[in-house]
Amino acid sequence: MRIPVDPSDWLILIPEFILLGTAIAILMIDAFAKAASDRSSPWISLAGTAGAIVAAVFLWGNPLSGFGGMIVNDDFGVLVSTAILTGTALAVLISVDYVRREELPAGEYYALILLSTIGMLLMVSSANLIMIFLSLEVLSIALYVLTGFARMRPRSQEAGMKYFLLGSFSAAILVYGVALIYGATGTVDLQSIADELISPGVLGNPVLLAGAGLVLVGLGFKVAAVPFQMWTPDVYEGAPSTVAAFMSIGSKAAAFAALVRVLIFAMGGLRPEWLAAVWVIAALTMTVGNLVAIAQDNIKRMLAYSSIAHAGYILVAVAAANRLGLQSIPFYLIAYAFMNLGAWAVVTAVTRKGEEAVGLSDYSGLFWSHPVLAGSMGLFMFALAGIPPTAGFTAKIYVFMAAVAADMIGLLIIAIVTTIISAYFYLRVTVIMFMERPAEPPVVTVPTPLAVAIAVAAAGTIWLFLFPGVTQSFTDTVARLL
Amino acid sequence: MLPAHYYLMLSAVLFTTGTLGVLIRRNPIIMFMSIELMLNAANLAFITFSRYQRSLDGHIFVFIIMTVAAAEVAVGLGIIISIFRTRTDINIDDLNIMKG
Amino acid sequence: MASDYTWVLIFLLVGVGFAVVSLLASWAVRPYDPGGQKRRTYECGEMPKGSAWVQLRPGYYIYMLVFVIFDVEVLFIFPWALALRNMKSAGLGALAIADMVIFVGVLAIGLVYAWKKGVLRWE
Repeated sequence: MRIPVDPSDWLILIPEFILLGTAIAILMIDAFAKAASDRSSPWISLAGTAGAIVAAVFLWGNPLSGFGGMIVNDDFGVLVSTAILTGTALAVLISVDYVRREELPAGEYYALILLSTIGMLLMVSSANLIMIFLSLEVLSIALYVLTGFARMRPRSQEAGMKYFLLGSFSAAILVYGVALIYGATGTVDLQSIADELISPGVLGNPVLLAGAGLVLVGLGFKVAAVPFQMWTPDVYEGAPSTVAAFMSIGSKAAAFAALVRVLIFAMGGLRPEWLAAVWVIAALTMTVGNLVAIAQDNIKRMLAYSSIAHAGYILVAVAAANRLGLQSIPFYLIAYAFMNLGAWAVVTAVTRKGEEAVGLSDYSGLFWSHPVLAGSMGLFMFALAGIPPTAGFTAKIYVFMAAVAADMIGLLIIAIVTTIISAYFYLRVTVIMFMERPAEPPVVTVPTPLAVAIAVAAAGTIWLFLFPGVTQSFTDTVARLL
Repeated sequence: MLPAHYYLMLSAVLFTTGTLGVLIRRNPIIMFMSIELMLNAANLAFITFSRYQRSLDGHIFVFIIMTVAAAEVAVGLGIIISIFRTRTDINIDDLNIMKG
Repeated sequence: MASDYTWVLIFLLVGVGFAVVSLLASWAVRPYDPGGQKRRTYECGEMPKGSAWVQLRPGYYIYMLVFVIFDVEVLFIFPWALALRNMKSAGLGALAIADMVIFVGVLAIGLVYAWKKGVLRWE
């Protein structure tokens, strides 16, 4: 492989470089002026994220490919990157007071968030299996540290260790799959793999199929698909809530982008082979995620199972692998970024003795003391359940339409039934908030940055419902990639 | 030159050993060593395929995997050490506050 | 290929033979006197104290980590150095240098951070 070098390649990576520069600046301020860093680093990282969003949007509509085709910046990538950067910006906002309250080292915290975001953006624009592995590790290694960041909390430590072990296990499976694909096709470039698959000799190669299976398992861990989801509830429960919020959006979106590139763009020719596997995984993920979520009394664990279930719906769109499916994935991810981060933001606001009050009963009567906060929580729960007037409804409709267009009626029925089941536990939270206030209510603090984050998330959730056309025209261009 | 499948079989055996190690063993350090074994199995497979396809790509991937493995070691052992520091005992098998 | 392995075999035999012969010779010549000074961990020099199962300061560990990171990054500098001449003849020498400056620069920043955090202080 000769990699033609062109200085203009660096243009594609401008968002990543902005984030890298910001992260380095935060680390240096932290090293040389600790006091200033604690105050300034959230705002610096917010500015860096905003800069990266501007740069990413600037690259819109102008598909570029560089570094010998290892990095591409197509419209699909820009949309998913926007979802990730939105998630990062909101996660930074909800962290401002959380980091101070939990006495986490601020400089390192924000620098790690930004470094992980770089990995996510790189993963979205990877057009090469090795780049996918490398960026997966960049995003994961920062997240392992962030998960175990509350070093004095045994739960956080345990979550960090579990996430680290299972995360690197899945990465090792992924990279072995990449090795097998490389052996079968002689390349790791996604476009070349797609070209290679046209020749009939390669198509039935068991080494290729085994490699594709291992890559699917590796990415399945990252998107938290059943049966590779076992780390999710423990990690979300143990990790600092802001970190759980951040990773439930970013690492899922990045892994789905990679999954789409591998399964649809590179291995579209193998769809008859992988469809059954993805079909079963999607069905299991929706069913298990929603059913187990019903049994949860801890809101963080409930949101973890909810995030598993949502991965199932996006997998339906992946399995459909048609125009509508490809359109619905970025839309779903952006909608999910708003509604899920909103829900997590509310979780960080409700505390008891300095710790989060995570029991569902802690939310009883929240409406009578904090109507606006409870109202937004209700909105996010409606959105996650897929009830109008929210973006969650629109996103699910798109996915269902994609399933219809692909003639996957069985999967569609499972998706609809599980959606109805999921309404039970989402609405239960809403109902609890209207119940009587307990004798010892938890402390609810909503500092300004958190309020801004909740407001933005709520606005986004409704805005995407009212004007899905805004992103529709964007996603139209995405569908042309197919 | 030995036939490629010798190396590939060794690589598959290493990978399986590593996978079983992660699934069966419950000591975090041993589990982590098994993961390293899996990464090295992938390295061996890359080198073999690279040799038999007469291209250098696989060698570059091995560099990347080795670096990633080093970074993983740094972070992973860091997490394990931080657990040791806050716990008086070093029996790391009873990390089960949260039910999985 | 067969002849290559013959050399390996000869080497192996000579190596094993040398070890066996010299060990046998010393066994035949040396006096046998266990106990006393002979039982010490080191016959001369440092006096051992305490058990081997002590917890070392984590500081050593972090110091070692910083070393490992730099050790591994050297992997990338060698291929870069080999490709540098080609890059230069292709008129991209400045780009190649810039790449490496960024690479080493990011590493150096990491080192500066570790240094300011007191990781390199040896007490």
